[in-house]
Amino acid sequence: MSAALQLLKREMAIAWGRGGGLLVTSGFFAGATLLLPLASGPEPERLAQIAPGAAWTVLALSALLGLERLFERDFEDGALDLMAHAGLALEFTCALKCLGHWLATGAPLALLAPVAAIALGASPTLAPLLFACALAGGLAFAFTGGIGAALSLGARRGGLLTAVIVLPLFVPPVIFGGGALDAFTAGLPWRAGVALLGAYAAAAVALGPLAMAAACRNALS
Amino acid sequence: MSLSLHIEDLALSRGGRRLFSGLGLRMEPGQACALTGANGSGKTSLLRAVAGLCAVDSGRIAFGGADPASARASSLHLLGHLDGLKASRTAGEELAFWTGWQGGTPSAMAAAVRRLDLHRLLDLEVRRLSAGQRRRLALARLLSAPRPLWLLDEPLSPLDGRWRAEALEIMAGHLSSGGLILAAVHDPLPLAALALEITA
Repeated sequence: MSAALQLLKREMAIAWGRGGGLLVTSGFFAGATLLLPLASGPEPERLAQIAPGAAWTVLALSALLGLERLFERDFEDGALDLMAHAGLALEFTCALKCLGHWLATGAPLALLAPVAAIALGASPTLAPLLFACALAGGLAFAFTGGIGAALSLGARRGGLLTAVIVLPLFVPPVIFGGGALDAFTAGLPWRAGVALLGAYAAAAVALGPLAMAAACRNALS
Repeated sequence: MSLSLHIEDLALSRGGRRLFSGLGLRMEPGQACALTGANGSGKTSLLRAVAGLCAVDSGRIAFGGADPASARASSLHLLGHLDGLKASRTAGEELAFWTGWQGGTPSAMAAAVRRLDLHRLLDLEVRRLSAGQRRRLALARLLSAPRPLWLLDEPLSPLDGRWRAEALEIMAGHLSSGGLILAAVHDPLPLAALALEITA
């Protein structure tokens, strides 16, 4: 168990460390949300209407940022070799890596998402729901994203390939979360969307590591 | 700590090309084997196959009576060209992580640091280390978590004369305590070693 904890700490330290990490991800998130009013016009009513969806979409895109490095560096420097013949099952190791990635970048972005939406004019009453959606969605993005990152191991321009593999997997959570936010804003029942989003995140956490480990073994062999 | 390695009639391919077939090797506790062969003959692939990282075409790799999966998980060290050390982290952080990951103890790690004279390097980022210093750090990982079978790929190549001698002494010590060493080398290993040349 202590090996698992140490791996989680190491993954978070690497994700926070130089050449990326939280500042870059938050900077991208803030910058991309800021572009929206510039492109769609500054009228407050229109902005307020698109704000939740905008924050939600940009959140999904920000989740792509660190993915490329999730397995690639360990693959290149041989750490993945050492992790693949360890006492800890590779599936569990992959899950811990995704969890570390989410804790280091996804969870902090979940705090930022409501702020960005409110800054664009969304109602503050939306904040708790957006926060919850961003937490669950971030988990789904990290664990489905890990599949793409593992599948593109060894490919040139793996980052782009990862995005192409992963974006279709992001569609369901984006629809579920966006639907819930829309319904909430319109005063309609919104719980079904949140439940579906949570179910998708749970499925990603349960099944994603199996696919990641298989893809890693394939890349190593 | 005792383990033996039996390889029988092994055949291995990489990228659709047959590297070798019919390879056999029996190693008992305390034995070292120097693995030689031309570039690309499959020395590294053989080490990776023993570690369970790549599939074999046919043949058998057995670790005495031990279950192969658990033997690979807890009884072997793999030290290759790629040392698994993260460039952006400090040498001390990396050594402590791998020591914990491989079930070593802090006291064994402290002894390894002394033996390989790594004190002054522990605060440096791995990217600042020279190739020889990195190799010493990787050797410290082997000493920090005692395991019987060492799979070494060109273990001495980046080391200078002094550290070559020290590394050989470390390897001799490992053998005398009942360990096994399977090492891919270009120059013959100056230890009482079995020799296996890979030919196609």
